[in-house]
Amino acid sequence: MNTNIQEIKDLCIGFKSQKGEQISILRNITTNIRKGETVGIVGESGSGKSTLALAMMGYIKHGLFTTGGECLFKSKDLLSLNNKELEDIRGRKIAMIPQNAGQALTPNLKIGYQIEEALKLHTDFNKVEREKKISELLNQVRLPSPSIMALRYPHELSGGQQQRVAVAMALAGNPELLLLDEPTTGLDVTTQAHVLELLKDIAKETGTSMVYVSHDLGAIAQVCDRVIVMYAGEIVLEGPVRKILKEPIHPYTYGLLKSIPKLSLSGLPDSMPGSQPQPGNIGSGCSFYDRCNFSSDECKVKVPELEYLSDIDTSVRCFNHSELISKTSEQKITNDLKNKITIDEILDLKDVSISYAKQGIIDQFLNKVTDTNPTVKDINININKGETIALVGESGSGKSTILKSIAGLLKTKDGYIKFDKEKLLSGDLKKRNSEDLRSIQLIFQNPDESLNPNHTVEQILSQPLKLYFGLTGSKLKTSIAELLEKVRLGAFYMSRYPRQLSGGEKQRIAVARAFAARPDIILCDEVTSALDVSVQAAVLDLLQKLKEELGTTYVFVSHDLAVVKAISDRVAVLYQGRLCEIGPSKDVYQFPSHPYTEVLIGAVLEPDPDIRPKLVAEDIVEEKPPEIGCSFQGRCPRIIGDKCRNETPPWQIGDNGNAIRCHINIEELKIQQS
Amino acid sequence: MFFLIFKRFVLGLITLFIVSLITFIGVEILPGDACTSYLEREAFGEALAACIKRLGLDVPAHERYISWAYNVIQGDFGYSLSGQMQINEVLGPRIKNSLVLASAAIIIGIPLALILGIITALWRDKMPDIIISTVAIFSMTIPEFISATLLILIVAIWLEWLPGIVIVPTDVTFFELLPNIILPVIAIAMIMTAHMARMVRSSVIQVMASDYIQMAILKGVPYWKMVFKHVLPNALLPAINVVALTIAWLLGGVVVTEVVFNYPGLGRLVIESISNRDLPVVQALGIILASIYVSINFIADLLTLMLNPRLKTLQTRK
Ligand SMILES: Nc1ncnc2c1ncn2[C@@H]1O[C@H](COP(=O)(O)OP(=O)(O)OP(=O)(O)O)[C@@H](O)[C@H]1O
Ligand code: SF4
Ligand code: SF4
Ligand SMILES: [Mg+2]
Repeated sequence: MNTNIQEIKDLCIGFKSQKGEQISILRNITTNIRKGETVGIVGESGSGKSTLALAMMGYIKHGLFTTGGECLFKSKDLLSLNNKELEDIRGRKIAMIPQNAGQALTPNLKIGYQIEEALKLHTDFNKVEREKKISELLNQVRLPSPSIMALRYPHELSGGQQQRVAVAMALAGNPELLLLDEPTTGLDVTTQAHVLELLKDIAKETGTSMVYVSHDLGAIAQVCDRVIVMYAGEIVLEGPVRKILKEPIHPYTYGLLKSIPKLSLSGLPDSMPGSQPQPGNIGSGCSFYDRCNFSSDECKVKVPELEYLSDIDTSVRCFNHSELISKTSEQKITNDLKNKITIDEILDLKDVSISYAKQGIIDQFLNKVTDTNPTVKDINININKGETIALVGESGSGKSTILKSIAGLLKTKDGYIKFDKEKLLSGDLKKRNSEDLRSIQLIFQNPDESLNPNHTVEQILSQPLKLYFGLTGSKLKTSIAELLEKVRLGAFYMSRYPRQLSGGEKQRIAVARAFAARPDIILCDEVTSALDVSVQAAVLDLLQKLKEELGTTYVFVSHDLAVVKAISDRVAVLYQGRLCEIGPSKDVYQFPSHPYTEVLIGAVLEPDPDIRPKLVAEDIVEEKPPEIGCSFQGRCPRIIGDKCRNETPPWQIGDNGNAIRCHINIEELKIQQS
Repeated sequence: MFFLIFKRFVLGLITLFIVSLITFIGVEILPGDACTSYLEREAFGEALAACIKRLGLDVPAHERYISWAYNVIQGDFGYSLSGQMQINEVLGPRIKNSLVLASAAIIIGIPLALILGIITALWRDKMPDIIISTVAIFSMTIPEFISATLLILIVAIWLEWLPGIVIVPTDVTFFELLPNIILPVIAIAMIMTAHMARMVRSSVIQVMASDYIQMAILKGVPYWKMVFKHVLPNALLPAINVVALTIAWLLGGVVVTEVVFNYPGLGRLVIESISNRDLPVVQALGIILASIYVSINFIADLLTLMLNPRLKTLQTRK
């Protein structure tokens, strides 16, 4: 009896370039998916994970074609079937859960209809049975009140709920194989942890085989039995999850794991130099050669084969893998932060409230404030020169809103923002003088959107230099070259356009542009979220080196708690635009006292199958903060009744220098949590 | 939702009010008044006095505006200068003629545009698309006075199948008009269809590339079911506004085509009354064309609101 549900043999997929060359994006993929097993496929963006997952359903994107190999599902080659035969298999035997359920549900059709459609296609149920099954499925994915849910349109659900609906839809046909393409990317940490938990339960209950595609080793560690690591269109390592994540014997995986910031370690992770080669640019030897620390001469000229090591049930594509076996047990990070924090206060946010509510014309005329429940309220933070302070919280917690108002892009409704102890910052960008503008710079999440695609790197960097320092001619040129050197890019990048840069390089240019103004404060808004982990580590490292050298103050916003832990001195935890906790990062992470901090940190996924997230609160999404009482009352696992609902909790100072806002005594919380 | 509709409605009324003011003021600040510009060299003595009296030009401007607006609301636009007849009588048949021309173009053009747009999108980069798209781009780029003239030359003069220009009295009956409109309709529909088909094509292609269509395919939804249930409703929603604008453009008079074919519609009336300096008619036309635009856009907004689930909330559905 064949225990494999899917067998992929020598699969190659490519496309024709404009010059007519054939460029491959998947090369000689050979692997098997066993019955009842969950296999993770990891790799950086562009490594071909999604292309492989789609090929497993016999789906090749417009513009791509197979150049060899086969993809056998129960001994039938999916790539040679016609549309009719594929329609029979898709949804019924193999189902897919897409990356972004919000975009993968048809907007004009109700949830119930979309699930029913799958049922109609793949089962012989009659109308009544179908309706019953819809309820059952929605229940199975833990959605509240299924009968109401079924009548909703996709946009009426939150991200986590949409993802659950996608899971329900995939389960409708009782598939034998479930493919998941980044099913939790883009969800909040707590939501992500819940969805993963659900997937694990479903795998256990139904015995379905799963293929889980993700760039997030934390998620992979939670759900998978076996892991396939891809690099530049090839499988470089494949084996049991513990072996891969704890003793990786391929240099790429080794480096990748070291570049992930982890809660259990302090300081910045090690970064890996370089970036993944583009399809068509892969040299004649090992595709990882340029970035490898273990390479030998052989690697440059010969392509390593995927070698199966039966003693550890692992396949690896590397000539020198045996060198790594001894190395993998070391786990140390010593890149501790060396920030020179002075006692001078540089930024002071006092009682800041910010509202997005549009005032009616009449109210505006009367200068009357109508919004009693603003998006961000009562923010009090003071920041010292040289410090890195991080704002964390789930989406909608107002992190970026606060940054924008510091930058002058949004007016504060109440309170004030003071710069350098005495200067009051105007909420209106136009009223700020050039000195204020220069001192505070902003780096955005997505360099693609913040860099003008029609300007060369030189033009991009010369703007702030001309504007603030009036540099021209050769002085300007040397300054630009210096800036580039600061962000570790050669002077030859000057003539490049943003599209000729990789993601990490673009973000470096954005960093260089911010530093060009020689600012006192840099506001970083999710600056590494769009980057791959190995690139992220390098950008974090760069930011840290620059600040150690120049003493810049950072206000760092991120949803990634591990990144925040690695780079920040102090952290402020926000929920629904209200502060919950603020204190030294070390202590907040080690002893989270506020119930929300506890929930948030508990949900973080570590790239280690033996560390499980702690799920203590539901992942309901609230549209608006409550009008009165504690902002976290809707989800708080420790809520103590009416007091929390009616009274704004007071600030309490803990003995580690952290401050929390909660009605429960801080000592009491400590006891409850241990 | 009700509030939204109400808001759009009020905005529409405000737009109309502003347009009426602008046309009124525009006419007012022209050198001379309606009488002098109409009577030209005879603008003196008794003739002028009589004219001023008849048009009520001896009262102050704001009073005139109010009484004019008051009459307009009642549906009375006053007198035309040239024909010395009621503007309503001038406008009536012209509106009817324009309506006939526009409806014919709409009835032929819109379904055709939809079908062609969808075909080109579904067979993207294949033969049907290449052929249809080339023809569409061709008919989009040729200016309408050239395509209209060519039509006349070929169909009317060489082949002698249809009358080349429309020589009928303004107030003919519908059936007498019919054979006369074939050529103008073809000329208009060609451009309109081409534009709209291109729009529909790109909209369908965009939806076809979306994640939810990939999902529907992977779910095993049969092709045509996917096209009708998942693709078209989402692709055609944004088309509503373009269709509305096209209809408004048609009703407002397709000036060039009407002039080339000598068609007695609103568009030609605009030209005529301007060259005759018939200011009361110009004023009336301004307000009528504006109302057409505003009301058609209002209807389009309503439709979009009704059809787009994103703009509906749970409460309003129940
Ligand atoms: N239609 C296409 N034509 C040409 N190249 C393509 C096409 N689709 C994908 N590619 C290329 O194929 C490579 C692999 O793409 P794929 O989407 O499988 O990557 P991935 O590992 O899933 O990345 P991500 O993490 O960003 O989702 C990329 O370099 C991509 O640019
Ligand atoms: S084959 Fe050589 S270059 Fe490639 S990963 Fe192994 S050691 Fe590095
Ligand atoms: S105040 Fe109440 S609801 Fe808020 S965090 Fe504390 S216990 Fe929870
Ligand atoms: Mg992908």
